[in-house]
Amino acid sequence: MVRLPYLTALTTLFSYGILFVFGHLRDFFRKIFDWSKSNNLQGYAPICLGYEDFYTRRLYLRIQDCFGRPISSAPDSWFDVVERYSNDNNKTLHRTEKTTKCLNLGSYNYLGFAAADEYCTPRVIESLKQYSVSTCSTRVDGGTTKLHTELEELVARFVGKPAAVLFGMGYVTNSAIIPALIGKGGLIISDSLNHNSIVNGARGSGATVRVFQHNNAPHLEEVLREQIAHGQPRTHRPWKKIIVIIEGIYSMEGELCKLPEIIAVCKKYKVYTYLDEAHSIGAVGQTGRGVCELLGVDTADIDIMMGTFTKSFGSCGGYIAASKEIIQHLKRTCPAHLYATSMSPPAVQQVISAMKVILGEDGTNRGAKKLAQIRENSNFFRSELQKMGFEVLGDNDSPIMPIMLYNPAKIPAFSRECLHQNVAIVTVAFPATPLLLARARICISAAHSREDLIKALEVISKVGDLVGIKYFPVEPVKPNKVKHLKKIE
Amino acid sequence: MALAMVNVTASVLNWVSSYFDAPTRAVVFGVPIDGHLVVEALLVVVILFQLTRKSYKPPKKPLTEKEIDELCDDWVPEPLTPQITEDMTYEPPTLESAAGPHAIVNGKEVVNFASANYLGLVGNEKITDSCVGALEKYGVGSCGPRGFYGTIDVHLDCEQKIAKFLGTPDSILYSYGISTIFSVIPAFCKKGDIIVADEGVHWAVQNGLYLSRSTVVYFKHNDMKSLENKLEEVTRRSKHPEKVRRYIVVEAIYQNSGQIAPLDEIVRLKEKYRFRIILDESHSFGVLGNSGRGLADHCGVPIEKIDIITAGMGNALATDGGFCTGSVRVVDHQRLSSSGYVFSASLPPYLASAAIAAVDYLEENPSVLSKLRTNIATLFNELSDVPGLVLASHILSPIVFLKLKKSTGTGKTDIDLLDSIAKQALEEDSVLIATTKRSSLDKCKLPIGLRLFVSASHSESDLLKAAASLKRVAALLIS
Repeated sequence: MVRLPYLTALTTLFSYGILFVFGHLRDFFRKIFDWSKSNNLQGYAPICLGYEDFYTRRLYLRIQDCFGRPISSAPDSWFDVVERYSNDNNKTLHRTEKTTKCLNLGSYNYLGFAAADEYCTPRVIESLKQYSVSTCSTRVDGGTTKLHTELEELVARFVGKPAAVLFGMGYVTNSAIIPALIGKGGLIISDSLNHNSIVNGARGSGATVRVFQHNNAPHLEEVLREQIAHGQPRTHRPWKKIIVIIEGIYSMEGELCKLPEIIAVCKKYKVYTYLDEAHSIGAVGQTGRGVCELLGVDTADIDIMMGTFTKSFGSCGGYIAASKEIIQHLKRTCPAHLYATSMSPPAVQQVISAMKVILGEDGTNRGAKKLAQIRENSNFFRSELQKMGFEVLGDNDSPIMPIMLYNPAKIPAFSRECLHQNVAIVTVAFPATPLLLARARICISAAHSREDLIKALEVISKVGDLVGIKYFPVEPVKPNKVKHLKKIE
Repeated sequence: MALAMVNVTASVLNWVSSYFDAPTRAVVFGVPIDGHLVVEALLVVVILFQLTRKSYKPPKKPLTEKEIDELCDDWVPEPLTPQITEDMTYEPPTLESAAGPHAIVNGKEVVNFASANYLGLVGNEKITDSCVGALEKYGVGSCGPRGFYGTIDVHLDCEQKIAKFLGTPDSILYSYGISTIFSVIPAFCKKGDIIVADEGVHWAVQNGLYLSRSTVVYFKHNDMKSLENKLEEVTRRSKHPEKVRRYIVVEAIYQNSGQIAPLDEIVRLKEKYRFRIILDESHSFGVLGNSGRGLADHCGVPIEKIDIITAGMGNALATDGGFCTGSVRVVDHQRLSSSGYVFSASLPPYLASAAIAAVDYLEENPSVLSKLRTNIATLFNELSDVPGLVLASHILSPIVFLKLKKSTGTGKTDIDLLDSIAKQALEEDSVLIATTKRSSLDKCKLPIGLRLFVSASHSESDLLKAAASLKRVAALLIS
């Protein structure tokens, strides 16, 4: 949980206040200048009215160079960041030919499959030559290949459910599945920090949506009791069905969800559960099977498990794993299955190969080594950052580590200074996080070696001192340990 | 006893009447106060007192914990999915090779009319080579959204290439075909805006319209008179034309019927009533027009007049993903407010390089377009006399759409009949065609039918074979 110190909250609000005042002043002068110039809209309403894009114009554009940095190599542990320059104070950015090699702490590359892999890439190229880039057809018309059926069986086996279905994009999976499962007269209870794709899917379904406090099982129970007792709004008819939607690892907090408690509550009240394992599948758990394995929950207790292949498997697309009846129903009604182009065959082959490596079916133990490496890396990095005095969120074993920044000026300062020292960091501000809680988010990968992590720690510590984000006291180095070692020698 | 009561009552009455008839006791402000006035004043006070009392409401008792427990125990949810019966299970044909004009299904070679491979780029050597290069350099996935190191230089190159090809200032890439349109529409249309859309648009457009929460008015499929009426009606009713954004949403070639939208008419109406156009060119990009630039090229409309063009690249360009193009303002706005762009991982780099290679091929070989047009014309000709089925698509549309001349009764029996036609054509004549499958979430009411996607790489014998097979099977199954 984030503990926002009082003084920091005041200074952050003050900074945002100054930015808003300046933004409004500039808008005022812009209006005066534009009065004389003719308006070329000719009776059409403008694309953005009034203050709808105030945040974009006056705050985001100032620090635009910290976001959307192009790269010109694979997003591996070290990559080439393209340099950009601006002639008009960051309003437009232009590419140059120069690149800098930086340490990658921002890509979702948990198991290191992002770059060309010795097992996966030859098989991917072979399937590209056999099945070509795309099938140009939907899954039901003529877009199902042998690879797709093979992957669906493999995913079902890996996740621990009877059947699975694939989609070409993780975002579309959520947006198109939730309307197929529940409609008007149903209730969706989702965690307050759920991803935008789940929010869109819930809104598009037409069901009533209620929110429960992040990771708070007692509050979920309270909301459930109240909703079941009162029924649908205004008519008080009983709800047709209730689905609770939660995520495995929340990408902005790095926290694991409290799965056993929440599942216990859901079973007690006979509601259905939907678990979105976009970040946790393949990255946590003893054998990489996700948050269920890590927290000891039986997969039969969760009705629908969803995940994506973008993060741990280095490909693209998403899947849903559930019972055979649910999957058959989805294959008949889900619009993403009936209308969207099927997943590209080389991407399918990449997932098949990556899963085989993780399961050890390729004949080596690279998978087990990768899983052990990412666990070790995450725990080492997190403990070191906490010792240095940073405010780091997230649980142990989770490869995502947000470091709190709070003040809006520290966002570009931290990001640019780290890039200067050849470490590429992702900083996140409003609207992905609440306004006062800006943060820098680090994603650890199994491809990072111990030296990479030590270099990253040095740079982050130096820049953290410069920018002033060590909100907690630094842990002193224990003198007893050193004495103990000396004694043995 | 009774006498005593009577006496008491009489004396009380005497006292009361004497009090009333008493001569004036006091004079206040020149008004003589009689006895009865006091009683009347008392009555008025009582009335006022009652009026100020709150009306009686039974006290609200919240449900006790025990009652809530009972309600929760009693509640029985519906099953998550309805029961699946035997006839509902449908196994699509599984391909064992690339989805080119000839594909291998279940060990047999079939003529493939189910892939929207309009330019025949599936299996093209140059595209495969550029993909292999991209795979070796960048791996498969891009591992991040566009804002967080997911922007790879091939994405930027692809965006510039498409913008240059179409002649627009800029374009933006999306990572999946259908997510393009349902991210673009909510980015521009908010609550309170007005959208006039064709009733035959496909599900992704309908979803985008629903998510935008604007007022949506549908006009009859491809009917310009109906469009004009709706525009007139909407303009009359709208109160603040300067503050309300208004859009017309149409598709260039409709997936659900194969019709082509008359763009010059629509542009004339748009300029008259001051609406903006959102045009979905998924099936017309790389197909219509002398150079494949889409519907604007085909109708001779300058591209600047169309405000927003979106397209999925999973059809003519034989890759995956989508793009949206328009003025600089339009494209820049989407980079921060389009949810499918901001909150999703970016397009895999090898697909972007396949798109660049495909656009290059189209620029260098414009003859492939005339080959496609000849193929469409041949097939159209051959299929004009299939028993029981009638052609419903436009003569230039690469989606050749056949619908039933007479419905067999219910929607379900129609679907079954069409499915059995397709199944027999595949099993007996080795011709793979597609039937329209509607999701239960789709609100489109256009008739279902058989769809054949014509490709430039189909040979004449393929087209004749498909036509002959359809004629034979339709004669057998449609009585």
